Amino acid sequence: MKKVRFSNILIFAFLLCLSFVFLVPIITVLANSFKDKFSISQTPFVLPNSETFAGIENYIKGVNDTGFLSAFFWSLFITVASVAVIVLFTAMTAWYITRVKTRINQVLYYLFVFSMIVPFQMVMFTMSKIANLLSLDNPFGLVLIYLGFGAGLSVFIFSGFVKSIPLSLEEAAIIDGCNTLQTFWHVVFPILKPTAITVAILNTMWIWNDYLLPYLVIGSDYKTIPIAVQYLKGGYGSVDMGAMMAMLVLSIVPVVIFYLTCQKYIIKGVAAGAVKG
Amino acid sequence: MRTSSKRWFAVFVLPTFIAFCIAFLVPFIMGLYLSFCEFRTVSDAQFVGLQNYIRAFSENSDFINSLWFTVKFAFTAVISINVIAFLLALLLTRGIRGTNLFRTVFFMPNLIGGIVLGYIWQLIINGVLYNYGYSITSNAAFGYWGLVVLMSWQMIGYMMIIYIAGIQNIPTAILEAARVDGAGPLRTLRSIIIPSVMPSITICLFLTITNSFKLFDQNLALTAGAPSKQTQMVALDIYNTFYGRIGSEGVGQAKAVIFFILVAVVALLQLYFTRSREVEN
Repeated sequence: MKKVRFSNILIFAFLLCLSFVFLVPIITVLANSFKDKFSISQTPFVLPNSETFAGIENYIKGVNDTGFLSAFFWSLFITVASVAVIVLFTAMTAWYITRVKTRINQVLYYLFVFSMIVPFQMVMFTMSKIANLLSLDNPFGLVLIYLGFGAGLSVFIFSGFVKSIPLSLEEAAIIDGCNTLQTFWHVVFPILKPTAITVAILNTMWIWNDYLLPYLVIGSDYKTIPIAVQYLKGGYGSVDMGAMMAMLVLSIVPVVIFYLTCQKYIIKGVAAGAVKG
Repeated sequence: MRTSSKRWFAVFVLPTFIAFCIAFLVPFIMGLYLSFCEFRTVSDAQFVGLQNYIRAFSENSDFINSLWFTVKFAFTAVISINVIAFLLALLLTRGIRGTNLFRTVFFMPNLIGGIVLGYIWQLIINGVLYNYGYSITSNAAFGYWGLVVLMSWQMIGYMMIIYIAGIQNIPTAILEAARVDGAGPLRTLRSIIIPSVMPSITICLFLTITNSFKLFDQNLALTAGAPSKQTQMVALDIYNTFYGRIGSEGVGQAKAVIFFILVAVVALLQLYFTRSREVEN
């Protein structure tokens, strides 16, 4: 018994050290965001002192240079709208093509699954041209594109779950006089709720952080947060390291808040999404 | 129900399907076709046969180099991520105090976007190398290991969660029986735990392999291919071929088709091999 406890203490100590190692990069960026820009690149591991402390100067400069506030707004809008649209429509599609077994629906299912393994580079050029052509090159059009591009994984996860719902529930609803839409809305969708949370989490993590797709489709008219950060690097010859550090911190803060508030769902969602896959 | 609900196709499937066509299906088919054409925009395409595919390899060695770099990177990253994630999952399923806190910390980097991750690690790695008079772009090896460390830092937590779920699914009765039969920890690991979590291993390998091959944002932010394109991965090379200079859009599309086939073949082979080792519970 004693031996077991001792080894557990060792493991605990090891994990504590490792946690610290995992957090060092984030702590370093946070500390550097308060230093003046000339003392960052060469001595990133020195904490700010009275000489190098720059207050919130970097934050003001970064926010102004990149238009961070509008980037935050557009990121939030695009993510929330796309995720809502994806969850609603792909749940409907997945349920329908799983339950109504026609040849077309089966082909559709395999098309959705197929789209999951195709790398974005395969369609990026033609897709951004088509988006231009159809005037989808704005945040609202982007929501439609995300629905199409996210459909593969989401339909796949929903379908896997729909198969495990007993048919008798839906038949009972039909006998009680529900039409197909009512059956879906009042009977099926409530059962799909845990899966909907999984789908929402996975898509949020993807869309919030996505850089290339919004950059190619709408360019820098409506910057999202990743585009704003990259713009800081591309827009000027040499990077203002101070502003960069501040922007990195501001990009991480919303993610950490989201993570700490929804942690239970995120961890469950990731595990559940993987099991279905 | 079957026949009466066929009429609902338009309501249930059409919105998703239209979006799917615009964002994926039509661009995919057009992309296949355009890889055999010369074009600047999509409307001025002229059929040129296999010329783009030949140019992808013959014009310069960028594509071959980026393919090789990607394969080398994926190999190291997949092993390091999965080994470390699996070991952490073993440690975090022993009921040690603070398990939830550790899990929270290890998973957190996964939520940070690739561009931001790239710049975070650029700062850290340049800070360390500065002491020796180098920067991350002075040698391709720095970029290579930088990408491996970055990718491990990002993906370990995700894979760890999947492995933990797999290990927790093993019935305690089996582990108990193994202990009664006198199996030591290593024997239990080899004969009970690893075979039981094969489905988790399948999915973790799939996710790490495909994500390593498709890596773009992190590559762009950390090194952008420097020095002299030596740390350029396939996705970045395709991007640069498309948008780097006018006149090579067709070559870019041909590279993209090859890239797609490569990812699909590797992913399917891996699924086939690990699935065949899974045991039915």
